[in-house]
Amino acid sequence: MSVLEITGLRKSFPQGSGVIEVLGGVNLSVGQGEFVSLLGPSGSGKSTLLGLVGGLEQPDAGEIRIGGEPAGSKPGPAAYMPQQAALLPWRTVQGNIELALRISGRSKPEARELAVEGLQRLGLERYARAYPHVLSGGMQQRISFLRALLSPQPLMLLDEPFGALDALTRQEMQQWLLSLWEQDRRSVLFVTHSIEEALMLSDRIVVLSASPAVVVRELQVTFPRPRSEKLWSEPRFGELKAELYAALRSLEKSV
Amino acid sequence: MASMRAVWPPLLVLALLLLIWEAAVRLWNVEPWLLPAPSRIMLDAWEARERLAGHTLATLRLTLLGFAGGTAAGFALAALLHLLPVLRSGVYPLLLLSQNVPLIALGPLLVVMLGFGLLPKLLLVMLVCFFPVCIAMLGGLGGSDPALDRYLRMIGAGRWRRFVSLELPGSVTHLFSGLKLAASYSVTSAVVAEWIGSDKGIGIFILLSSKGFKTSLVFAGVVIVVLLSLLLFAAVSGTERLALRWRPRKEGAA
Ligand SMILES: Nc1ncnc2c1ncn2[C@@H]1O[C@H](COP(=O)(O)OP(=O)(O)OP(=O)(O)O)[C@@H](O)[C@H]1O
Ligand SMILES: [Mg+2]
Repeated sequence: MSVLEITGLRKSFPQGSGVIEVLGGVNLSVGQGEFVSLLGPSGSGKSTLLGLVGGLEQPDAGEIRIGGEPAGSKPGPAAYMPQQAALLPWRTVQGNIELALRISGRSKPEARELAVEGLQRLGLERYARAYPHVLSGGMQQRISFLRALLSPQPLMLLDEPFGALDALTRQEMQQWLLSLWEQDRRSVLFVTHSIEEALMLSDRIVVLSASPAVVVRELQVTFPRPRSEKLWSEPRFGELKAELYAALRSLEKSV
Repeated sequence: MASMRAVWPPLLVLALLLLIWEAAVRLWNVEPWLLPAPSRIMLDAWEARERLAGHTLATLRLTLLGFAGGTAAGFALAALLHLLPVLRSGVYPLLLLSQNVPLIALGPLLVVMLGFGLLPKLLLVMLVCFFPVCIAMLGGLGGSDPALDRYLRMIGAGRWRRFVSLELPGSVTHLFSGLKLAASYSVTSAVVAEWIGSDKGIGIFILLSSKGFKTSLVFAGVVIVVLLSLLLFAAVSGTERLALRWRPRKEGAA
């Protein structure tokens, strides 16, 4: 059974005097332990889709099931990592992680223990008592990812988590995320603008059209795991990259 | 220790001004009921110290009670309005409008309605402390980072949780700017409240001294009002510094 199953998803927003249709019937699924990337032009409704999965808003039509249950039936159905680290500035790193775990239903002592353990496992324990503003952007995103990783939900939603980082840090973070994810293979829906990033990380890539968005392309990425940066130099990597690039380019032209 | 160094120049200027004042009064033999010399003020104040202390205590009590009550009420109403948007949309514009009402002018009205006891005076000080805190808090509670709010909603945080974990702590800066305004107005409003109807307090002391042409004691009263104001403000600022230790140090932050 799929961890996430989306069928015929539609969503419009009022804009000015009319409405704009953002999602025009999207079908999408994420299997158990599968890493799926969502690639699409800016404004195609990727964040909107994640918000619908999280139950922030109601779809106009279509169905979303998370672990078999309809979206909105239960608050916080998935772990979430946004583009901005979203760390509360008045809480320490550890305090931020503990809060997220408390919200997902852990008791206070449990949350503390899990946070301390998690920080240690990732070698980040020296930041436990630091406030977010003293950390670099990359380090903040590591904390944000760890926080999502420690949340108990089987599905993780990542919305352009590395979009605000410089190119070098971004690559470092991809490798770091990859090594962590390959250890326990959670189900991931990963939104990105970067074709290379999607190819490096994913089992499958789903390409959305400009709004009203529909799925225009789906691509299985079969490179063996564990993966490393060596992938970049493989000819197959280049071919897929060119293919995806062409798919996205043709979308832009049709707008 | 930059702040310590910043304290010296104004103190020096103040001392210089006092010196000039003293010299001028002596040089031109100004009548003490017109303008007493600083030394004369200090001597007279020392002689009246027991009466002064009694009045100061009365004013301090009125100020602190009014400050505590007014700011607490302002905080509570802000929280309530924030959590009930329907109520907020009706009340908030009126709150903003009421800022233009000179509250002190309400004093005589309160006396008419509530008599000459502690209540009308307390109510006046409370009103003066209420508005700045209420309005600052409403601004703070409504101004939380939408990205943080979205994150918390995505992971399943309910309304109350977001209020407690995001909106309240995010408003601490606003709360303190409201408290500081309230602190600077509260002593003055207590003095005015005493003028309207009281037999005790620095306000009354100043009034009686001026009627008796004891100008030096008027000055002494004014100095005490200033000191009380500064003290309350310093107490609020000190608490703020403790409460906001997490904040990044900014250059030139007041
Ligand atoms: N609450 C809303 N009200 C009105 N319009 C909205 C709302 N949320 C999103 N939109 C519109 O929906 C469209 C899609 O927005 P969305 O943020 O989902 O795109 P995106 O694919 O995540 O873009 P990006 O890649 O830039 O993050 C945009 O045109 C946006 O203006
Ligand atoms: Mg987006």
